[in-house]
Amino acid sequence: MNAHLQPTGSAYFLTKETDSPERHTLSVLVDNEPGILARIAGLFTARGYNIESLTVSETEHEKNLSRITVVVVATPKVLVQIKLQLERLVPVHRVHDLTAEGAALERELALVKVAGTGEHRVETLRLADAFRAQVVDASTESFVFEITGKPSKIEQFIALMVPLGLVEVVRTGLAAISRGPQGM
Amino acid sequence: MAEQMTGAEMVVQALIDQGVTHIFGYPGGAALPIYDAIFQQDAITHVLVRHEQGATHMAEGYARSTGKPGVVLVTSGPGATNAVTGLTDALMDSIPLVCITAQVPTTLIGSDAFQECDTVGITRSCTKHNYLIKKVEDLPKVMHEAFHIATTGRPGPVVIDIPKDVQFALGEYLQPNINGFRHSSYKPHVEGDIEAIRAAVDLMLKAERPVFYTGGGVINSGPEAATHLRELAELTGFPVTSTLMGLGAFPASNKQWLGMLGMHGTYEANLAMHDCDLMINIGARFDDRITGRIDAFSPHSTKIHVDIDPAQINKNVRVDIPIVGDCGLVLEEMIRIWRSRTNEPRTEAIAPWWERIRTWRAVNSLGFKNSDTTIKPQHAIQRLYELTKDRDVYITTEVGQHQMWAAQHFHFDKPNRWMTSGGLGTMGYGLPAAVGVQVAHPDALVIDIAGEASVQMTMQEMSTAVQYRLPIKVFILNNERMGMVRQWQDLLHGGRYAHSYSESLPDFVKLAEAYGGKGIRCDDPAKLDDAIREMLDYPGPVLFDVMVEKDENCLPMIPSGKPHNEIILPDTANIGSIIDEKGRQLV
Repeated sequence: MNAHLQPTGSAYFLTKETDSPERHTLSVLVDNEPGILARIAGLFTARGYNIESLTVSETEHEKNLSRITVVVVATPKVLVQIKLQLERLVPVHRVHDLTAEGAALERELALVKVAGTGEHRVETLRLADAFRAQVVDASTESFVFEITGKPSKIEQFIALMVPLGLVEVVRTGLAAISRGPQGM
Repeated sequence: MAEQMTGAEMVVQALIDQGVTHIFGYPGGAALPIYDAIFQQDAITHVLVRHEQGATHMAEGYARSTGKPGVVLVTSGPGATNAVTGLTDALMDSIPLVCITAQVPTTLIGSDAFQECDTVGITRSCTKHNYLIKKVEDLPKVMHEAFHIATTGRPGPVVIDIPKDVQFALGEYLQPNINGFRHSSYKPHVEGDIEAIRAAVDLMLKAERPVFYTGGGVINSGPEAATHLRELAELTGFPVTSTLMGLGAFPASNKQWLGMLGMHGTYEANLAMHDCDLMINIGARFDDRITGRIDAFSPHSTKIHVDIDPAQINKNVRVDIPIVGDCGLVLEEMIRIWRSRTNEPRTEAIAPWWERIRTWRAVNSLGFKNSDTTIKPQHAIQRLYELTKDRDVYITTEVGQHQMWAAQHFHFDKPNRWMTSGGLGTMGYGLPAAVGVQVAHPDALVIDIAGEASVQMTMQEMSTAVQYRLPIKVFILNNERMGMVRQWQDLLHGGRYAHSYSESLPDFVKLAEAYGGKGIRCDDPAKLDDAIREMLDYPGPVLFDVMVEKDENCLPMIPSGKPHNEIILPDTANIGSIIDEKGRQLV
């Protein structure tokens, strides 16, 4: 077949993306109802937006509200679209771009399982202490640590655990809130 | 004391309370209780379709020609999946639909039951909102909220999935009450920011090369918006062009009308868009069929954008003055502010601009070489227009070349007279849409301008038209080609016509007769007028097979990778070499 040699055309006009992507943390206040997570996640896949982390939980039981924290990587133009498209969803109350609104507080929790014996165990405990990670389970060959903090701190801790016998990690994803007296 | 009734009765009562008079549907196992409730009342007429896709397009035609929401009722599983194309179509073109889908009983959901499908999962991305009702107590509120959501803000389709046990369950019915809705978060913004409107009028008062670029939002806002548009255009003296979806909002007979813009728009409309210094977008969304190459789109203009959907602002094209609000309300404010500043149109200041537009108009970009041996498709539409223009005529179309020719050569002076699938481009839209329009306007003349390929996608709805004595006219421009596909293959794929021709076409005359309608065929330009009159005079549904020139290209056309001012005009020779190498690379 010689199809690949032929000049191809398209019914669409494409322009190259010139802006560089940025990482932003969005906080989304939604009605806590069945399917809401699928609705939010579906919007991201349908429109080709990239999610780095997504955390969801009910936050105001009486008002039936949940807070979703999404970390996205997108160009400034797409970031505006993500916010507007989220606000278009019927059960979405508000969307705040916490990154754009100033330095927000960002925390994550991880459970880290490390196995090893001898000198490694001592070193593991020493580092855990330095990172204020707590031992939540222990056996003669292993520890499970609970660590909270900024994602960068957690990543650093995990990296240090690799040579000391890291088995597995589970992370909650990011929870974020703005500083100061104002609520969302 | 609220009235006790079954879920199925609530559905019917809610439809009545919402002012619904017609619904389009198809029964099935899970929907039987609702059908039983429909059987026992007279307030709502049910139109039985032949395929659920047909029901959705009928509801779209009904909605677009009346401004009221279209209502669809289908069963679970295949009933719901067949409705998906029409729901997506309605979402893309902002058509208010309420689609009730039956579901298997709640206890069987997730068990792969007979005719079960994940309807809310499947329709989540093709509806404005959707619901699965698990308890009968939720049903009345959701029914009313669905109508509210479908018809307000930017309209769109809403699905309500109702399991069979909920249809049987007894509960209390509630009257419509806006305060009782589940979603307090849904508050569409309809009034435009007054400061932004003032700033827009200030720019309009200084513009030297202005153009109104109007879209489907003006139609959706209601007939008053079209009246306001006309008034503002006349007050200012500015030229007006419109997208495919907006045709009819501004009268085509008005001297300020430039014709449709975009890929197959007129030379004067596209050049006015390219060279303007002020673009006033009212209810359009800078679709890719309109803008062409974004980086070369109207490079020297200041842009005002009025849209009820905030997400459309700066989505494709950066604008200078965004105004989020309902087109009708914003136009009304613009008129008020303009009047408070001046009593004169800017006739003198924009006279040189109109002079340039006149030279572009003189190009006659919609011209074509007529023939006295074969019927040219453009000629067929021109004759159809001439022979029907004194009547109250509603036009629907399928998708392809015939659709563009209809948009170019049929002219509309009123809104809600033109029903076409713009955003999704759904072949098979026109015939069922015509049925829906005719249901809403039993005495009007309703014509589907069709192609022989598209019309076969939903041809079975002829049977619906015959059953309900709906005298729709299907005007098939038969070139034995998927014309637009063939045209693109001509332009971009070296004339290799992969599967773009129709073989073993049905005999449309016999087909019409088989359905119980009338069939007419014409291949002689000299006999065309008489044949059209014969179609118009027949009191029932007609399939009119117009045998047209087979290889006509639809022009003018803005080719791939070109800005508006490099439009291909009809008398341009050798169309294949006009797209340059750079254009071909823009895949």
